[in-house]
Amino acid sequence: MEIKAIGCEPLQLKLMHVKDGHTLKVYQKHGGYKSLKKAMDMSADDIINEVKASALRGRGGAGFPTGMKWSFVPRQSPKPKYIVCNADESEPGTFKDRYLLERDPHALIEGMLIAAFALGAETCYIYYRGEYRYLIDIMDRAIEEARAANFVGENILGSGFKCEIYTHTGAGAYICGEETALLSSLEGYRGHPRMKPPFPAVEGVYACPTVVNNVETLTSVPQIIEMGGIAWRDLGTEKSGGTKLWSVSGHVKKPGVYELPMGYKDMEKFILEDCGGMLRDDKKLKAVIPGGSSVYIMNAEQIIGKNVTLDYEGLVEGGSMVGSGGFIVMDETVDVMESTKNLTEFYKHESCGWCTPCREGTDWLVKIFNRISIGEGRPEDAQLLLDICDNIEGKSFCPLGDAAAWPIQSAIKRFPEDFKKWLFNKANGNEITANV
Amino acid sequence: MASAVATDFTNQIVYTDEVAEFSPEVVAEMESHLVKYPAERKRSALIPLLFVIQRERGWVDNEGVNFLAKFLQLEVTDVWETATFYSMFNLRPVGRHHIQICKTLSCKIMGEPEITDHICSKLGIHAGETTADGKYTVSLVECLGSCGTAPMMQIGFDYYEDLTTEKVDKIMDSLK
Repeated sequence: MEIKAIGCEPLQLKLMHVKDGHTLKVYQKHGGYKSLKKAMDMSADDIINEVKASALRGRGGAGFPTGMKWSFVPRQSPKPKYIVCNADESEPGTFKDRYLLERDPHALIEGMLIAAFALGAETCYIYYRGEYRYLIDIMDRAIEEARAANFVGENILGSGFKCEIYTHTGAGAYICGEETALLSSLEGYRGHPRMKPPFPAVEGVYACPTVVNNVETLTSVPQIIEMGGIAWRDLGTEKSGGTKLWSVSGHVKKPGVYELPMGYKDMEKFILEDCGGMLRDDKKLKAVIPGGSSVYIMNAEQIIGKNVTLDYEGLVEGGSMVGSGGFIVMDETVDVMESTKNLTEFYKHESCGWCTPCREGTDWLVKIFNRISIGEGRPEDAQLLLDICDNIEGKSFCPLGDAAAWPIQSAIKRFPEDFKKWLFNKANGNEITANV
Repeated sequence: MASAVATDFTNQIVYTDEVAEFSPEVVAEMESHLVKYPAERKRSALIPLLFVIQRERGWVDNEGVNFLAKFLQLEVTDVWETATFYSMFNLRPVGRHHIQICKTLSCKIMGEPEITDHICSKLGIHAGETTADGKYTVSLVECLGSCGTAPMMQIGFDYYEDLTTEKVDKIMDSLK
């Protein structure tokens, strides 16, 4: 597996191939914790303004501007404030945070400390997905190292600022990547999302002001403080600042984690050259899911010769979304009905059961896919799938419902042949009836 | 008449008020989790502590749950409420080696079905079953965040990646 930067100096990936990069000593040798010191000489407003200027957007999937999220925290509130790192990386196709947590834990600690200093938080939690147990041990050691060097704990660097960082584990629930469900889980409850508003910035964990940020979001913060917000933004584009990690899996020769400047040109070159091209030379590119399983699937015609730019605006224009940056590349051996069925089973399993459209809808979607996959699909089934999706999308309590609907809607629209061939099975020449 | 068919998680639970006992070391380990959370928010430690119960008892059992309810000053139903939500908690006994094969898309298209067939035929069980000697359980699970090194599986907490049938044989041979 490859881990490298293309088209830019490695920033997020700076320590990925450095021996003992996870230790405090090596991290500091490469400039680590200088940003924290710099930030502690700045005012809270200045720090937040640098993050705003950087155009950093949440790297977990939603892409919400980080500086704005931070500015929603009521700093005069008498309640304690919390920084929570979302390390519940479970979007299918996404595995970038895992390597950051494994090989560069101090970058996350430093990012959290800067956020905590700016927002007046004295406690930080890192919420790991339960399966990432081995990473928790690495982080616990890193936190102890940082504590011994007085970066964590009481009176940090003699400034009077105090901050504790704790690791916390989930136990296998995709929904806990949704920030309010994560907070429910952190409090020891089932991972049910909460009504927004109030947003976590006002009432988060323990009903206190809380900022929940993805790992990659927080590890970007020390770079932003070091370089200045504008300089960091200019690595990318005006609206999509900085660099971004992309996880690439599926039918390419070199799957891996790639750091690209935002605005990288273009998607075709990235897959067919940078990632080594198709795994099997005689098999053509058929489909790509570029942002983790929840985004629209793209067909080859939308990619080849289309100059799709890899940033928030470019991928929307190209017909999908950045999401979590998890590329799943599929060659012509993949049947998109089957791949969509696989993802729908995922959403059914991971639906938390809180709201009816998602709980019942995903269950029915799977039932219909099962019927199609054993050759008993009916010509109207494509339309039926779309109708159910329509009754989930925008009507579920949290975005998991949308995430279940979008892959199906885009798959039927962009790969009608793959559905037709199943639905023809018993329908004697009926055309696919979906109106897309 | 209501159907007497038990659900997945209740059919193994023998309802009892018995409370599990743990060594002072394990209790101290549990207490070490509590310091992370505000004193009046002990429930926050519930998931980490359920993992301790599972490690010590082999699965999340009734006596273990009763212990946690007492330990965290919760109702027994509070503990069950959380325990039954999360896929990683085994609500019935599993084999000594819990082989969890990722079945989500990237693994699926990179050879998961072959790996699953190989493991299952080697052990003579289906996915979701435990061998008669109680040594192995095979489960198909959703994405484990290792898509770039697909196909992959997790045994206990250990990741095994870039699997081939030959590699699986070696891994299985190394399990005691």
